[in-house]
Amino acid sequence: MEAAPALELRGITKQFPGVLANDHVDFDIVPGEVHALLGENGAGKSTLMNIVYGLYKADEGEILLKGKPVTFTSSKDAIRSGIGMVHQHFMLIPVMTVAENIVLAEEPVHEGVLLDYDAAARRVQELADSFNFHIDPNARIEDIGVGQQQRVEILKALYRKADILILDEPTAVLTPQEAAELAGILRTLKQEGMAIVFISHKLNEVLDIADRVTVLRRGKRIDTLPTAGATRESLARLMVGREVLLRVEKTPSKPAEPLLKVDDVSVLDDRGLPAVQNVSFEVRAGEIVGIAGVDGNGQTELIDAVTGLRKLDSGRVAVGDEDVSGGGARQVIDAGLGHIPEDRHRRGLVLDFTLAENLALHDYREPPDSRFGWLFPRRLIARARKLLEQFDVRGGTPLTRASALSGGNQQKVVVAREIERDPRVLLAAQPTRGLDVGAIEFVHRRLIEERDQGRAILLVSLELDEILSLSDRILVMYEGRIVGEYGPDVTDEQLGIAMTGGAEHQAA
Amino acid sequence: MSESPASATPPPVTPPSNGGPPSVAARMAFYQRAGGIVTPIMTALLAFLVGGVVVAASGHNPLTTYREIFNGTGLNWFFQVGSHDIGLPFSDARVWFPWNVNDAQSEAAFNLQQTLLVATPLVFTGLAVAFAFRCGMFNIGGQGQYIVGAMVSVWVGSSWVGMNHGLHIVLAVVLAAFAGALWAGIAGFLKATVGAHEVITTIMLNWIAYWIGNYAFGQGGPLQNDFNESVPVSNDIAEGAKLPVFWGDALLQGLHVGFFVAIAALVVYWLTLNRTTLGYEVRAVGFNPEAARYGGISVRRSYFLAMAIAGGFAAIGGALDILGWQFRLGVIDIQSSQIGFIGIAVALLGRNTAVGVGLSALLFGALLNGTSTRNLDPEVFQPELAGNLTLMIQALVLLFVGADVLILIFWQRLRRLRPGRSAAREAPS
Repeated sequence: MEAAPALELRGITKQFPGVLANDHVDFDIVPGEVHALLGENGAGKSTLMNIVYGLYKADEGEILLKGKPVTFTSSKDAIRSGIGMVHQHFMLIPVMTVAENIVLAEEPVHEGVLLDYDAAARRVQELADSFNFHIDPNARIEDIGVGQQQRVEILKALYRKADILILDEPTAVLTPQEAAELAGILRTLKQEGMAIVFISHKLNEVLDIADRVTVLRRGKRIDTLPTAGATRESLARLMVGREVLLRVEKTPSKPAEPLLKVDDVSVLDDRGLPAVQNVSFEVRAGEIVGIAGVDGNGQTELIDAVTGLRKLDSGRVAVGDEDVSGGGARQVIDAGLGHIPEDRHRRGLVLDFTLAENLALHDYREPPDSRFGWLFPRRLIARARKLLEQFDVRGGTPLTRASALSGGNQQKVVVAREIERDPRVLLAAQPTRGLDVGAIEFVHRRLIEERDQGRAILLVSLELDEILSLSDRILVMYEGRIVGEYGPDVTDEQLGIAMTGGAEHQAA
Repeated sequence: MSESPASATPPPVTPPSNGGPPSVAARMAFYQRAGGIVTPIMTALLAFLVGGVVVAASGHNPLTTYREIFNGTGLNWFFQVGSHDIGLPFSDARVWFPWNVNDAQSEAAFNLQQTLLVATPLVFTGLAVAFAFRCGMFNIGGQGQYIVGAMVSVWVGSSWVGMNHGLHIVLAVVLAAFAGALWAGIAGFLKATVGAHEVITTIMLNWIAYWIGNYAFGQGGPLQNDFNESVPVSNDIAEGAKLPVFWGDALLQGLHVGFFVAIAALVVYWLTLNRTTLGYEVRAVGFNPEAARYGGISVRRSYFLAMAIAGGFAAIGGALDILGWQFRLGVIDIQSSQIGFIGIAVALLGRNTAVGVGLSALLFGALLNGTSTRNLDPEVFQPELAGNLTLMIQALVLLFVGADVLILIFWQRLRRLRPGRSAAREAPS
């Protein structure tokens, strides 16, 4: 690292009331380097980079750009100084074309005011060619995939002549193939001399893509080290501050009788278009069946249909021996299905309710929680106290509102509620979304334990790693159909191909 | 940073920032909670302050005007603290009481009776709005539900003249409540089945109730009185259907026992919400219908029931007014009544809590009574203007209730200026 740093941060401190988001963090990056910023949720990664991008102002510390101290009052200043940032949520206008989005705010014009669209498209094409991007400048944003949209964001930064590029959790929305393509793009950019800051909490990709990695924990810089020589285990230890079991320990499954039967189910989406078509599968006691797929291929509709939250267009669903097709959520719950929903804020929790009330969401109408319509809050609280202890939920008492908990602890509350009912079938949808390494470990271990207790577990996840490490059988969903079934020893390449519709139907 | 850190302390004052932007209603609810008792009080004070400025601009002294209004409300009765013995009902025993209830004819006592008389139906129409609100619905239909209750109770009260005293009253109130529940239930049913927005449907139902009343009690209407065809008013209710007066002179509109029914209603409201499975469902649906559905709660049923219960509350308010002091219902009453609409302000200022609704019903009852022509000395402030002052303060309260996020920010600024207590309350957004 002999080259002069493109960007250097010294002693950056940012105090949010009640939280020290960044505590004297040092950071530097040289041209032609990918520097990963690794840490759990809430470790202060995004805050630090938002300070660099001019969105927040640091309380202390200084930012040096090519050796010169700078102060940004807005992201405009940062952009002008050659810093580009690609946020987790893209900031693109869906109805406009790629070229229009890229030149936005710095449009080539003719006759003073009119957009010179041809010039814009031409410039974008040249820019894309020079970095070897495959993209159609005339395509509309809403018509292209997420991976392409991300490229548009990167091109936008390049168009504005950024030489420092900040990517905030860029692979969170990508398929494995797209992530691999992104890695290729970053390599090209690196060779062109760009400095790339790569925010992530995924260990694999950090080791894969970055040259150096800075680990943050609770706002403090723990270490900066080259990725050469680092391992997943060593990085996880730095991140969490203790030993973490990354590979889930599990014995081979001993599947018994089928407990969840999905038979030729078709479901319509909100617009009335077919989202799930003729899907059939079984989940047996003591096994975990994983459903892999790129987001939006009918998984959500399938989950809703199985749990009684959406009408079946045709087909049958049975929990145990009970046919629940056409029944509502209440019937499915009573038949013995526990459901960890994919969105805990929209569905899994009433954020304004206390934890005790949330834990009673299914049971409030049965004794001992209530009798003849009369509720016994003390019993709810007593039970909640027990469950919070048992599931190691931290940061709240039974009377704390659910919104005050961190994501990981909120998820533990949901898991506690669903498991406590002793369901025969457990449907876990994205059970670790947005959780950090420690909480993921907890949820994974718990799912395996529940499997070994003889529950049938259906796992729906967009995270291939999760599917691969937990499932005993893997189904791949593509465009509303099950396009393949695999054993647990399948590779992620094989799955990735099937997930994008590339596989001929092959049963394992 | 999309997640606020875990902490054992109360949630920091920030809207829950996880998982997409919260709806406006969710944000409002959050700030209202965060403000606790502070914002309603600041809201009311600010409204009075602005009202005072207007009084001053009209060339009067706001302080004397407000003092005069206050005396008109009868609340000065509470300043007459002394030592009095009062008789306990149903016994010969006498106990000490700080205020002189025996002297029910003093001016302050009389004014206070009138204030409480007005506050009583306001509690009910306030609860009607509050209960629906807790289920995530905005019930604008309190006025129509109140009218339905009044119409049914006047019909029952003026029929079956020879009926047993207590039974007649109970029958009139229960049938009125039932009718109000059905009436509001229409809006709940439409929301549950076809998704018709309750604001639209309740406003429409208000007009339907209004015109039914105009027709039924108008000239030639089916419920018009039997003694004078030119007067658009109902028959008087039977003596046996009148509510007993427990304070003041029954002939001079003393305070009837409906006042205690109102207090009981506040208790019932609290118990229903916090101690029954129905209340649990209503609150769950109000906070997050999707999570409620996922939990196995029938959201449609909750919408219908919450609306019906809300309508029942408003209708009881109407019934108590008829049985307690109006004794008859005329077209003019239906046309001029505002009790249902003021209930919206009552609920909003009272933050949809039992205690809050009770207190703000008292505030609005006092305002209405204190600025009435009967009570305000024209030398101090023209009563005609004073009535408008009430409307203005009411409107200002509504305005500031809507803007209480602003008030809260203002309040936090104030607190931040004081060192030491500041930070820890706010988190990154």
